[in-house]
Amino acid sequence: MSTINLISVRKSYGHAEVIHGIDMDVTDGEFIVIVGPSGCGKSTLLRMVAGLETITDGEIKIDGKRVNDLEPMDRNIAMVFQNYALYPHMSVFDNMAYGLKIAGTPKQEIGERVTTAAKMLQLQEYLSRKPRELSGGQRQRVAMGRAIVRKPAVFLFDEPLSNLDAKLRVQMRLEIKALQRELGVTSLYVTHDQVEAMTLADRMIVMNAGTADQIGAPLEVYNDPQSEFVGGFIGSPPMNFIPLALFEENQITLPKSLREQIGEDASNIKPTLGIRPEHLELCSERQGIFKGQLRYCEPLGAETLIHLGLSNGALLTIRQKAGAYTPETGADCFVFFDPDKACLFGADGKRLRAHDTMHYEEVQ
Amino acid sequence: MSGMVERRGAGMWLSHIGMLIGIAIVCFPIYLAFVASTVEQQAIVRPPMPLLPGRHFIANYHEALVAGINAPVWRMLANSMVMALGIAFGKIAISILSAFAIVYFRFPLRQTFFWLIFLTLMLPVEVRIVPTYEVVANFGMLNSYSGLVLPLIASATATFLFRQFFMTVPDELAEAARVDGARPMRFFFDILLPMSRTNIAALFVILFIYGWNQYLWPLLVTTDPQMNTIVMGIKQMFPSGDDVANWPVIMATAILAMLPPVAVVVGMQRLFIKGLVETEK
Repeated sequence: MSTINLISVRKSYGHAEVIHGIDMDVTDGEFIVIVGPSGCGKSTLLRMVAGLETITDGEIKIDGKRVNDLEPMDRNIAMVFQNYALYPHMSVFDNMAYGLKIAGTPKQEIGERVTTAAKMLQLQEYLSRKPRELSGGQRQRVAMGRAIVRKPAVFLFDEPLSNLDAKLRVQMRLEIKALQRELGVTSLYVTHDQVEAMTLADRMIVMNAGTADQIGAPLEVYNDPQSEFVGGFIGSPPMNFIPLALFEENQITLPKSLREQIGEDASNIKPTLGIRPEHLELCSERQGIFKGQLRYCEPLGAETLIHLGLSNGALLTIRQKAGAYTPETGADCFVFFDPDKACLFGADGKRLRAHDTMHYEEVQ
Repeated sequence: MSGMVERRGAGMWLSHIGMLIGIAIVCFPIYLAFVASTVEQQAIVRPPMPLLPGRHFIANYHEALVAGINAPVWRMLANSMVMALGIAFGKIAISILSAFAIVYFRFPLRQTFFWLIFLTLMLPVEVRIVPTYEVVANFGMLNSYSGLVLPLIASATATFLFRQFFMTVPDELAEAARVDGARPMRFFFDILLPMSRTNIAALFVILFIYGWNQYLWPLLVTTDPQMNTIVMGIKQMFPSGDDVANWPVIMATAILAMLPPVAVVVGMQRLFIKGLVETEK
């Protein structure tokens, strides 16, 4: 039905540039999640697509049509706000119908569309209630209903679940996903919650300080982060980062495959090794690549998180199955990891890859 | 709902007696005025004043309403009503629109305009009364309703109150309306105005009483007794020199003058309190 194209979109407030050029093509029906910490510009980007913020530079196209100078209502979008932004003095029905009423839709059609949406969202019994008589989850549904009845080309979600409690959030997450699948409407969804991002997205944009650090499918981003920031932001607990200098200090030789990635001269790159908690294993002294002191462990039921203190004071998290052996607090532990699962990042936070030539050989 | 500290026994009785004494102190003069409006002239002039209502209630009120002293009281009541309603509605309309402009639109010198309005808070009617009189006189609005109402309808206080209220309305509401396709005035009428309902009611009560109680301004701009308002009319009823004051009729007029503000306050009490204490969002 509709596509969105962002072409080196920039945003400045006065002299301060907050979005430094973002390029992205969203295909029809795709669910895109924009994720990042607060202040990274993700909401600003969404609001630019919505038309609530002006676009300083670059172009936004919806369905191939440039919308930079169009008012929100002329962009054929619908938006769900974080605090729902329901009109407090209107009933649920009127809230959902307001946009259609302004557009001059015939009364009968408004009634039909609102009833259909209400049925889809299990809101039929609440149509005559005021928003303040509804629970958080129901208000959230009304906000969604308001978006659905307009039959827009694009749905925009601005952290729609962050005002709900944890349990409801999981439930609504699934409902949003199912709804988007059913309607097949292209969607942009902003969140700071990486679990929401992982579960909802067809593709996600990880934003960091106004730039898109990585755009890709959730698992691709998780397994193959392009930058230290992405590795640390996506995944809970986050990726572990160990400066390679630490290995050298302790006269630990790195596995060969990793040394190859760094190349000849590591001194000016100051690389950091990134490894996910689930790829670390406790092992015997003989197998261990390095060691740390067990500080504390957190049994979570299905799994146990073990936190080791390294010689540079940093903490390292290991995720292991619940039944596995856990040493006592204060014990020295040896850790092993598969070098293929580790990522290397340069001093600038960017991913280091094995030299291109080598990469070619592997592929061929 | 019981209070935060529940009183029992002697404490409760003491506080109730205290309140009853307070009410008596406030109500006694009004009661005296009512008594005075129901007796004959001679009964008031001869001490001691009667403390029980007399039998001339209907006669005195009828005389006041129909004949009055300078102008019939019904005429003055009507004038006051027009003035008070004009001021209340005019002030609300102008201030809610200017607050809407100041909060929701970015235009050059926006803050300057706000502070200019705010500054006029410091200038009461009395300070600018001579130049205002000059302007109204030159427009030929003496002895007219527009002369009574127009100079008083600009209101910094109401503008300020509406501005504060609008600033507590979440921005997302305006944005949601924009996404829904509402142009600014549509947003104003469909969303902002209904949401301000209780605030408008509270302001209406305050402003109606403010307008009703105007004394100095009507005294200046109306010279024709037919245009007198009730509050100044009472003063005009006092005789000058050696004439005898018709106290029962004057007191009946005073009682009549109190009724409309009381009716407004009682009738809108619920909305009034709601508007002052809670915001519905």
